[in-house]
Amino acid sequence: MSIELRNVSKRFGQIAAVDSVSFGVGEGELVALLGPSGGGKTTVLRMIAGLEQPTDGDILIRGKRVNDVSVQQRNIGFVFQGYALFKTMSVFDNIAFGLKIKKWPAAERTARVEELLALLELQGLAKRFPHQLSGGQRQRVAIARALAPKPSVLLLDEPFGAVDARIRQELRDWLVHLHGELSVTTVFVTHDQEEAMEVSNRIVIFGRGRLEQIGAPREVYEQPSNEFVARFIGVLNVLELRVENGAARLHELSFPTHGVAEGSALRIGFRPYAVQISRDLAEYRYRATLQHVYFLGVLLRLELVTPSGLTIRTRITKDDFVRLGLAEGDSLSFNIREYRVLSRDGDALPPEVAAVHQAPSSYADGI
Amino acid sequence: MASKRTHILPGFGLTLGYTLVYLGFIVLIPLGALFLRAARMSPAEFWKIAISPRALASYEVTFGSAFIAALINAAMGTLLAWVIVRYRFPGRRLLDALIDFPFALPTAVAGLTLANLFAAKGWLGRWLVPLGIEVAYAPAGIVVALIFIGLPFVVRSLQPVLEDIEGEVEEAAATLGAGRFRTFFTVILPALAPSILTGFSLAFARAIGEYGSVIFIAPKESEIASQLIWYRLEEYDYAGAVAIAVVMLVISFVLLISINGIERWASRFQR
Repeated sequence: MSIELRNVSKRFGQIAAVDSVSFGVGEGELVALLGPSGGGKTTVLRMIAGLEQPTDGDILIRGKRVNDVSVQQRNIGFVFQGYALFKTMSVFDNIAFGLKIKKWPAAERTARVEELLALLELQGLAKRFPHQLSGGQRQRVAIARALAPKPSVLLLDEPFGAVDARIRQELRDWLVHLHGELSVTTVFVTHDQEEAMEVSNRIVIFGRGRLEQIGAPREVYEQPSNEFVARFIGVLNVLELRVENGAARLHELSFPTHGVAEGSALRIGFRPYAVQISRDLAEYRYRATLQHVYFLGVLLRLELVTPSGLTIRTRITKDDFVRLGLAEGDSLSFNIREYRVLSRDGDALPPEVAAVHQAPSSYADGI
Repeated sequence: MASKRTHILPGFGLTLGYTLVYLGFIVLIPLGALFLRAARMSPAEFWKIAISPRALASYEVTFGSAFIAALINAAMGTLLAWVIVRYRFPGRRLLDALIDFPFALPTAVAGLTLANLFAAKGWLGRWLVPLGIEVAYAPAGIVVALIFIGLPFVVRSLQPVLEDIEGEVEEAAATLGAGRFRTFFTVILPALAPSILTGFSLAFARAIGEYGSVIFIAPKESEIASQLIWYRLEEYDYAGAVAIAVVMLVISFVLLISINGIERWASRFQR
């Protein structure tokens, strides 16, 4: 294990920002800490770096307990959200800063800085000052500066938050390639589930200071451990059903009762891709009208409205859309192929799940 | 088609013209008159007055004391600004307001107060004089007076810059292994340097021009140039007064231009 947290908590006064979190990051892994803002992920990252002290629990780096090791001695590389470049120093001096402190001889220092300039494609910018660089270049200088002293772990706080969408994609690719080449243990914080899925080997999901789930992107997507994770990762349609006459119903939709008593509520969630549609009205059990088509690129988002006025959202590839010959206003039939029971009546929703209902629309409504 | 830069607010020509005329009346015409008056003297005459031993001594006292006072103000002003910006403590607002006090106080009052304070029987003087530290009616007194009147400049130039420094930058230095001293001297101080220099040059300029407080505390045997000019005028020696005035003007101008150059060099990272 390169990094290990054992029952780590951080309290600010009465509020537990991080509540008894335990997880490990293997040598050379690329791990994302994902969660809504206020979820505690940045606090965890800062505790690994030594910028915050845990209230309880142990933090180990390469098997050694580092709780009492100062940030200067931890040998970590940290990339700040706002870059935090030294504005009075040139790009070269920024990257060489850590090497000077570690007393590298001048020749080796220059060689190392040049190696990093080449690796991050910053050649020719060595003499520039930070304010003369673009956002993406500044970010790369910040990464180069953090990597220069060969840290045992690289930590990045919202590394792609402050740049525009196109550069963000470029930087994600950078991080993946860089990690492939250097295979330095990397942990980054993000609130963007797509970014976490795309870049990392494993995702650690936080909600309200607690660790909700750890797993490979595919695992957390396909087998979310709770509703919080299910709603946070990817898009989830949620239906509130009521059990009447031996089935859980909402408008014309009906599902098995899953052991829930008559008159009680049942909550299910399903992914947009789990909706099957056909122009043949007899093929699936429910009818609907295709109300809207949203073009997203390779995927299209369809909004179906049932005769009783229930709206169902689904996604379909462009190819399927063309093959089916769909157009707005068409009548079609559909079925929900797979879904997940989120809660049975009486199950109180954990508070962090309730909070997600008010999460910024970009988290779950993006599709 | 010729491209013309457009501004939201019109009237560049008018405002520039007005500014130049105004500057002309307030600054250039009086200074020009001074040079014209000086031009009535022959160069040899002028030179003789300008480098007379008494004049030379007064330049030394003026610029020497002003320089030392500005240096002390630069160091202490940086510390004061740091404390006011970085820490929250009771009385912070009061301290902040007190900084401006030397701006508002008539300098004669300041000179009188300081002279009394450091006199052999004054509150501070009664402890310092027996130790051999003479401030009132000694060269050190001039420096103390100039420190007093120059105090606000460095603090006020530095405050906004200090407030702008992000905590992340210090954390970044720490993650790279830098201790506190190193972080301060290699990361923070260079970022502050242009503002410290601005404050220094303002305090220096103010101290060169100071008269009111100095005359109360200066010893008889070392006089500042302004005092010498005053004595010359009292003797109806206008030529003597003008010659010294012109020398002061030229030296001040050259000094400020050089400080400005250093300031530009120190802030090269911003361009």
